[in-house]
Amino acid sequence: MIVGQDHQTLALLLFSAFVAATLAITTWVSRNRHGSAEEFYTGGRLFSPMENGFAIAGDYMSAASFLGISGLIALFGYDGMLYSVGFLVAWLVVLLLVAELVRNCGKFTLADVVAARMSERPVRIAAGTSSVTVSVLYLVAQMVGAGSLVALLLGGTSGAARDWTVIGVGALMVVYVSLGGMRATTWIQIVKAVLLMAGTITLTVLVLLRFHGDINLLLNSAAEHSGHGREFLAPGLKYGGDWTARLDFISLGLALVLGTAGLPHILSRFYTVPTARAARRSVIWSIGLIGGFYLMTIVLGFGAAAVVGTEQVKASNPAGNTAVALLAYDLGGGAGSTGGTVLFAVVAAVAFATILAVVAGITLASSASVAHDLYASLRRRHAKQRSEVAVARVAAVGIGAVAIALGLLARDLNVAFLVGLAFAVAASANLPVLLYSLFWRNFTTRGAVWSVYGGLVPALILVLVSPVVSGSPESLFPDVDFQFFPLQNPGLLSIPLGFLAGWLGTVTSQEAPDEAKHAEAEVRALTGAGAV
Amino acid sequence: MEKQEGRDLAAARIDDPWHDALASGWDERDGAVAASVPAQQRAGEDERLSPSEIYLEVHRSAAFQEVRRRYRRFVVPASLAFFAWYLAYVITAVGAPGLMARPVAGAVNVAMIAGLAQFLTTFLLTWAYARHARLRRDRAALELRWVVFEQNQQNQNGRRTGQAGTVRQDDAQRSTRETNK
Repeated sequence: MIVGQDHQTLALLLFSAFVAATLAITTWVSRNRHGSAEEFYTGGRLFSPMENGFAIAGDYMSAASFLGISGLIALFGYDGMLYSVGFLVAWLVVLLLVAELVRNCGKFTLADVVAARMSERPVRIAAGTSSVTVSVLYLVAQMVGAGSLVALLLGGTSGAARDWTVIGVGALMVVYVSLGGMRATTWIQIVKAVLLMAGTITLTVLVLLRFHGDINLLLNSAAEHSGHGREFLAPGLKYGGDWTARLDFISLGLALVLGTAGLPHILSRFYTVPTARAARRSVIWSIGLIGGFYLMTIVLGFGAAAVVGTEQVKASNPAGNTAVALLAYDLGGGAGSTGGTVLFAVVAAVAFATILAVVAGITLASSASVAHDLYASLRRRHAKQRSEVAVARVAAVGIGAVAIALGLLARDLNVAFLVGLAFAVAASANLPVLLYSLFWRNFTTRGAVWSVYGGLVPALILVLVSPVVSGSPESLFPDVDFQFFPLQNPGLLSIPLGFLAGWLGTVTSQEAPDEAKHAEAEVRALTGAGAV
Repeated sequence: MEKQEGRDLAAARIDDPWHDALASGWDERDGAVAASVPAQQRAGEDERLSPSEIYLEVHRSAAFQEVRRRYRRFVVPASLAFFAWYLAYVITAVGAPGLMARPVAGAVNVAMIAGLAQFLTTFLLTWAYARHARLRRDRAALELRWVVFEQNQQNQNGRRTGQAGTVRQDDAQRSTRETNK
């Protein structure tokens, strides 16, 4: 890759400025904290809808979206755009069915919502386990992404540079989360969202200026420079071919659209605002930001194909992850120019900031699950609040260590696949139990437990026996072959299984529906009565 | 927790920018519901109720049934519709790429239009839901929240509060809010 020393220096300077600013924020907000669970998990529930909307957007728009989706569009044209659509449409599930009700019913975690109507212990253990599993999968994806990113953007292709990046990112996020809690994490996400939007808008405007605002010209020259011609602008380049690839895409599409509403770090963001109405307005803010952002990634992807050319993008990185960086370099004036250097450095710094912010959000959510759900129900059932925060801090350190270790182990795995897997597990294990407990009158404890494990276990097993793990040249263990499930993404099968298991567990259980508890849950969900 | 509750309600009533719009009654449909909260009237007559009885009572009230009906009537068809539309889009993209590749204008083909239409419908549905919730649900839901809150309050104080008591409570909440600032 064509990277000079000056790019690296500038990128590192900008990134250090971001880290310094976020550390300052962390110290500033933690200066007069009272160490309550409420403060640690939710930042005191006093964020405004706009602040929370930016933070949600900052939490959600990972490096996989910023670099990955535009890269996929630059390589495969229209098929990459299908990701943008799925990632955005998923927010309708969150807005219509989840955000307000979860804000009204819960306290800190997903398990709170389910446990409100059920026998607490088994439900908490089940929901806590699946939340931690999803978070760790997502976290590993981000860590692996961070490692390869530094190699790609700074030219340091050595394994040591990647390993140290993973360790550095892990250590930083542990500091943010365990010292600053939700308040610091939220501010980091807001700062990152603003930076990301500013960077994306600048690049989009430059692309549009380059083509004199003529979309038709942009698309035509993208098709021309892609080497695929008109096919580039229609579906089929990546997910055409045999029916396995096509079913795989449908599976991924399902996981993307249903998984978002089950991601623990997204759910925990609704508790940082005072009311359900504020939760709704945050989601509306974030839909606006996320929608605008994904529309711009489409322009950037086609722009990279048109300006840089698909062949060159592929030569720089086979997965297309450097497409935006190359585009920025070219738009700023090309080789050796100051503009090119600055824009390239900005893209690199924003990408790092993105990973840090997303990783901090997930770590916080999973440490909440460990301390509030697993620890509280497995050890002392009525742990004092202060001790719960202490447990959460330790959990953040532990999860950071696990994520660093797994991130180092899995560093050659495809990032997009890991993200898709996290979404699939969230959609199979978390969404059914959440929707059933919010909307099904007769849902029982056994149904809740079955639906969590009935989605979680099949999703993990199906991945284990898929071509991702064994039986093909690209898999994790290419030498052995115990594959018998052809799809890479388990969602198509495991999501229906999660719903089915919840239904089956409910109709076979003897537990009589408690009318009072159901009435309380519904009244609380829809009116906000008794919400903290 | 009590403090939190009071501040929330007071904040929602006084500071909420939507509150004025609602209170000025430019949407009468909603006003009609707010006026017909029977549980509120019943609140004064009842002897002390346990918390679960309060929830059962509110749950059975016509006002709550109306709020729930309005919520479900919007959300269930809307969710089914966008989910079906998204699935149709994904399945068409992988199943009938020929149809999607058909050009419409210049380089723009059916696939592009369909993808942008997904964005557009998402934005439109978001707007429609926000409007529906704001005009047809928020006010009545807030009233019901008050009913539950006041009945719980009566419970704790162990006395029956009339209109005057409600006013006093309101003031108390306002001062709680100020101290919280």
